[in-house]
Amino acid sequence: MLRYIAWRITVMVPTLLMISALVFTIIELPPGDYFESYVAELQAQGENVDLKAIEALKVQYGFDKPPVERYFHWVWGMLHGDFGYSFEYELPVTDVVGDRLWLTMLVSFVTIIFTWLVAFPIGIYSATHQYSWGDYGLTFVGLLGLATPNFLLALVFLYLANLWFGTSIGHLMDAQYFNEPMSWAKAKSIMEHLIIPVIIIGTAGTAGMIRRIRANLLDELQKQYVITARAKGLHPFKALMKYPLRMSMNFFISDIGSILPAIISGAEITAIVLSLETTGPLLIRALQAQDMYLAGSFLMFLAGLSVIGVLISDFALALLDPRIRLQGAHTK
Amino acid sequence: MKMTSPLPPPGKEMGHYVSEAPFDVMSIEKISPEQEKIYLAPQWKLMWWKFRQHRIAVWCGVFLAILYATIFISEFLAPYNIQTRNVDHIYSPPQQVHLFHEGEFVGPFVYRQQYKLNMETLKREYTKDTSKVDKIRFFCTGDTYHWWGLVEMETHLFCPANGGELFLLGTDRLGRDMFSRIMGGARISLTIGLLGVMVSFVLGIVIGGMAGYYGGWVDMVVQRMIEVLQSLPSIPLWLALAAIMPVTWSPLVVYFGITVILGLLDWTGLARAVRSKLFSLREEDYVMAAQLMGAKPSRIISLHLVPGFMSHLIATATIAIPTMILGETALSFLGLGLRPPITSWGVLLIEAQNINVVALYPWLMLPVVPVVLVILAFNFLGDGLRDAADPYK
Repeated sequence: MLRYIAWRITVMVPTLLMISALVFTIIELPPGDYFESYVAELQAQGENVDLKAIEALKVQYGFDKPPVERYFHWVWGMLHGDFGYSFEYELPVTDVVGDRLWLTMLVSFVTIIFTWLVAFPIGIYSATHQYSWGDYGLTFVGLLGLATPNFLLALVFLYLANLWFGTSIGHLMDAQYFNEPMSWAKAKSIMEHLIIPVIIIGTAGTAGMIRRIRANLLDELQKQYVITARAKGLHPFKALMKYPLRMSMNFFISDIGSILPAIISGAEITAIVLSLETTGPLLIRALQAQDMYLAGSFLMFLAGLSVIGVLISDFALALLDPRIRLQGAHTK
Repeated sequence: MKMTSPLPPPGKEMGHYVSEAPFDVMSIEKISPEQEKIYLAPQWKLMWWKFRQHRIAVWCGVFLAILYATIFISEFLAPYNIQTRNVDHIYSPPQQVHLFHEGEFVGPFVYRQQYKLNMETLKREYTKDTSKVDKIRFFCTGDTYHWWGLVEMETHLFCPANGGELFLLGTDRLGRDMFSRIMGGARISLTIGLLGVMVSFVLGIVIGGMAGYYGGWVDMVVQRMIEVLQSLPSIPLWLALAAIMPVTWSPLVVYFGITVILGLLDWTGLARAVRSKLFSLREEDYVMAAQLMGAKPSRIISLHLVPGFMSHLIATATIAIPTMILGETALSFLGLGLRPPITSWGVLLIEAQNINVVALYPWLMLPVVPVVLVILAFNFLGDGLRDAADPYK
């Protein structure tokens, strides 16, 4: 097992490196940099620009160096927990980001749990009642969730909450907790605000999950051992729970790799509409303002989140299924 | 015990002989005309028969075909132009179409609207004037438009009565007819998915084809690339790529830019399918034969291998279209995608961005209805195609 874990972590390093190169290329691509747009903006307002100071700033942040050198500098900094400097907020990126990273992780994590809780029973029901009205109906509802754009759902929820409860469901906590340190009251407030976003984001992933659980369980249910179990008179419930379900559990855990990127994507958009205190709203601002280190760190963080999520699901899978442990050790 | 062979010793005469008469298999094994039809049917016919069994998929296919047909003549089908402003009818609610007036059949008509600004709440109030009947005209002259920007025409399928108005789905903040705008938006929203899929199709076949055919280190690199791209959340990346496009670009260039961006991140699924198929197919004898005859890899891949699993690819691509349509809608909604005057469903939804709109003018959210319908239809169609792609199963 230890060998498998070590091997899996080593494989992750080149992946993360490739992602960082990709992210850096994307944030480098736009012509010009933050300083140029900043200078242009100041000049448009008729202000005098101290070009010398700007040049000094450029040198300070390494903008006079070739991109490759800057890339390595950036990656090296990140390894030391230095994510660069946000030009727009004139603060180190880590200070701007603050709690947002944790809240993004929290939202994604809770959403996955929600998706599982919803998709698992529905998937089992659909598989055991194949081609029944319930199967069709539930599949259709799931598809409807997939087809409705998240942002619109968020708007409608926002409106309904306003109409029925007279409260605003925007943000992830009540306003008085914004810059407060973590406390029980704050945690409670976050939990209350989490419900709606999680439902909205969850709708998109649930449909796919239900479909895959259903297909997977159906494959298992047609196998010989299930027929044998039924034939010898095992109670249908037990014949389902004891083996086929366990078999499809494997896949259930590995599926996290395919739904996590979708959940993170959905979370970003929903966060923008509901102005949640996650990375979404800041990311879009940073992209528009060419605040490259901030945007780059966010992209890197989101990508890293899904890579690590997949890693964890792989570990869980290895714990559950000895075949994967052995195979992993052998490929080494 | 002595072993006896079941075979006769060489040279021994047997009781039976081989007939000289020509032998026709058909004379022994009769196959019915129905069986013959199935045995001799070409692959596409088998696929069609299989596809036909999936009723919902067929209906969705028909629905989508009609929808795609309308984008050719969307100006004709819409009663107004997408940019026509009716300043006297700002935020008009959808008008109801009636058939009977005071118990008498008059054909489809709407009652004229009376508009009043409530000076206390500053709310626009529309009341129905049931004495004025505005009959809808058919095949009539209305707003002048340039069909696809080329031919000047003014005939519409239906238009409001002379002096009256006809807002089937209400109007927006500039008094533009929502129905006409949704019809016009279909042209952009529906094609963006197709073009995006084409981009990812080409990328998927070329990259997946190279990985599958050459194997070795090419395959290694491509596989790592696919893994990286698939582990990335797509919307933040789309946002980042869309933010790169300079504001100075013309809307049309932005449109093509968006299709490329949508396609750039989506080819991984297709490339994987192509790769795994090629891995199994390249071991076949006919590939070896082609190779010995001196065919180059590009010829073998494109002429001999790809046609063998084209149907699979098309099914996979169909399932990818909804993601693209949703992606465009999301990008435009966030202001990083298409921009007015280009009208897509996503651009229309920008108007429905704040909660006041949802509360006061809910009909501005109507563009989401075609989005949902199209995505559902593509999902079912894709399911049907996927089942039909392998008719020999």
